[in-house]
Amino acid sequence: MDVVDLSRLQFALTSMFHWIFVPLTLGLSLVTAYMETLYVTSGDEMYLRMTKFWGKLFLINFALGIVTGITLEFQFGMNWAEYSKYVGDIFGAPLAVEATLAFFLESVFIGVWIFGWNKISKKTHAASIWLVAFATNLSALWILLANGWMQHPVGYVLRNNRAEMVDFGAMLTNPYGWLKFGHTLTSGYMVAAFFVMGVSAYHLLKKSQTEFFRRSFRIAAVFGLLSTIAVAGIGDFHTAEVAKTQPTKFAAMESLWETQKNVGFNLFIIPDTEKECNLIEGPCVPNMLSYLAFHTADAEIKGLKAFPREERPPVLPTFLSFRIMVGLGFVMLLMTIVAVVYSKRGTLELHPLFLKIMLFSIPLPYVAGQLGWIVAEVGRQPWIVYGVLKTTHAVSQSISTLQVYASLIGFTLLYGGLGVVDIYLLSKFAKKGPDNDTSSLLKPVKEEI
Amino acid sequence: MEFQVTWFVLWAVLWAVYFMLDGFVLGTGMLHHFLTRNDQEKKILIRTVGPVWDGNEVWLVTAGGATFAAFPTTYALMFSYLYSALLLLLFSLIIRGVSLEFRGKIENDGWKKTWDIGIFIGSALPALLLGVAFGNIFSGFPMDAAGYHGSLLSLLNPYGLLTGALFVLMFLTHGSLYISVKTEGELSDRSTTLAGKMWFAELAVAVLFLVATAFFTKLYDNYLSAPLLLIVPLLAVAALLGIKLFLAKGSPLMAFSSSCVTIVMVVFTGVIGLFPNLIPSSTDTAYSLTIFNSSSSTYTLKIMTIVALVFVPIVIAYKIWVYRIFRSRVTDDVLKKEAAY
Repeated sequence: MDVVDLSRLQFALTSMFHWIFVPLTLGLSLVTAYMETLYVTSGDEMYLRMTKFWGKLFLINFALGIVTGITLEFQFGMNWAEYSKYVGDIFGAPLAVEATLAFFLESVFIGVWIFGWNKISKKTHAASIWLVAFATNLSALWILLANGWMQHPVGYVLRNNRAEMVDFGAMLTNPYGWLKFGHTLTSGYMVAAFFVMGVSAYHLLKKSQTEFFRRSFRIAAVFGLLSTIAVAGIGDFHTAEVAKTQPTKFAAMESLWETQKNVGFNLFIIPDTEKECNLIEGPCVPNMLSYLAFHTADAEIKGLKAFPREERPPVLPTFLSFRIMVGLGFVMLLMTIVAVVYSKRGTLELHPLFLKIMLFSIPLPYVAGQLGWIVAEVGRQPWIVYGVLKTTHAVSQSISTLQVYASLIGFTLLYGGLGVVDIYLLSKFAKKGPDNDTSSLLKPVKEEI
Repeated sequence: MEFQVTWFVLWAVLWAVYFMLDGFVLGTGMLHHFLTRNDQEKKILIRTVGPVWDGNEVWLVTAGGATFAAFPTTYALMFSYLYSALLLLLFSLIIRGVSLEFRGKIENDGWKKTWDIGIFIGSALPALLLGVAFGNIFSGFPMDAAGYHGSLLSLLNPYGLLTGALFVLMFLTHGSLYISVKTEGELSDRSTTLAGKMWFAELAVAVLFLVATAFFTKLYDNYLSAPLLLIVPLLAVAALLGIKLFLAKGSPLMAFSSSCVTIVMVVFTGVIGLFPNLIPSSTDTAYSLTIFNSSSSTYTLKIMTIVALVFVPIVIAYKIWVYRIFRSRVTDDVLKKEAAY
């Protein structure tokens, strides 16, 4: 492997590892904030215990999200120096804004929330977790606007041997970035919803703290259903935006080789990338793909063969990731519907099989999210900035394969170790359950200092 | 042109504030094992930095992000030239963060000892590496038309190591003063005594550094052409002497403040000497990275300036509020109360 391949592998490894923690942070911060708000408004101590229990799991996960995030900022310069030089004028800005607006807010108020129980009023304490939740979501907006720009560059001109920003507003309002933000954010909410439902299911199966986990499950089920619907709905618009702005990615996602009108949607496809066709297709829903892509039945869609081979992304990973992601999405939609019905009726514990399924489904939205990123990033190849800069031209000139091999091995070992610790801690505290005795719990009371 | 200068100033401020704030966390981390006599004291030290370490580290992320946005060519070349050193910095910062957060999660000796090692390495290595990196920035990178001719080992030249030692000692003094201000009783006293001893080492290395800088760098050129600027290094020296003075007067809080000023002024002293370079070339000045040849467009700098001028004061405001909330000393009693979660 050369420096480009190794750097790509390392970026994939480090960003996918980072993405194990971020989606749960995005969603669980909101869930925790909602629970604390219920406590503040109702005074019901069960919600305080819920805040503390889910908050504890949130914090274990949050720590790893923070420390693995800084790697990504460093890597743009370390491994992708030519990229950074070429697009830094426009790509650096959202990263700097993200740090200034979101990272400070998040990092400062997480400290207030953890250590401020007896130092600030109940309301201020609840407000601090809302600020953390707001900041994590805001940070996602900026990084996804930055990524949106790599997918569909806007507001720039090529000048002085680089891409220079001429319209900050265009970048801020890039529809690609916003759709990606909406789709990605809500997918993070799904991760949190399935996490809370799964852990709750574990305790409901063991019949421990049933009322506590019934309520938790119910909150998560509603949250999960709403976010799954949002993921699918926004995803539909997002796909249409991809069809419009990234025809090569769209063709690869659907394994579409020939340019045609009135394109149907094949439920099953086995692509043959050598012969540039599909070995097996069908059953076919007529006009459906044209409709999905351009919202008209007779729209023409460009096939992969309309582009030179060297401008096409790897078809198989893009296609398979997209299919499996969408498939998982539908499965999870069904699961959340059932979850809402059972928990509203209060019959969750009468369906142990369903609870077991929910317990073992915790990884599903994680997998779907990672597959989504594969579609987005592998599907963008061979470009690092779609249509503007190729990935092969973006890598640092001054680093050697040996250096990147060494760093890749280092990351694998370090992250492997952190992953083990994370899973160990999360499962330990998730299984342990909440403290039963509320009297020992510190309540948010302002003390004179 | 004026925006490039503005961003040079902001760049210096971001680094200075980062070192001032993370300096005491890194210092506390380095002392965590060696200053304490039992597990309770170790817990107290972690708790003193617990609410603030993450927010302090964000200044580094912001300094990095600002370099990227304002001086992308410098960002790209600095980060790729220093690949291996930055990798070590990254690993050690990751280990520090995780160690601070996870040590207290489980009551088990082996578990805690493992994270104690993490806290030490994750604090000592960044202090040293950042010092070495800045020493090499001050003396210049061996770079020309063919690119960069350095390596991880060549960074460890005498001047780089001296700057590394200076950073480590500044942060050790800074950290021990922070501990003496944030704790009570015997632990606090022990830390104050240590600060007094560390100060002599800091002073000795600072003097060496100031002398060596004349031989290994061109930092003093700017001061020779504009002697008024000498007020900054003089303030650094005065603040450094102030630490000892305030310690002698029995005021660790003033000594800590003096240490804050020392760190900020040391960073400014170096960065003023660099101007208008961000990274000088030690082989051929034609290849130096300056604020003019490596900056973003005026349009981008303008937008970034607006963002910084609006939001950085807000950040500073709520950070001050938070430091006020957590201003009280961390005692056994505080830990007992908080043990509920």
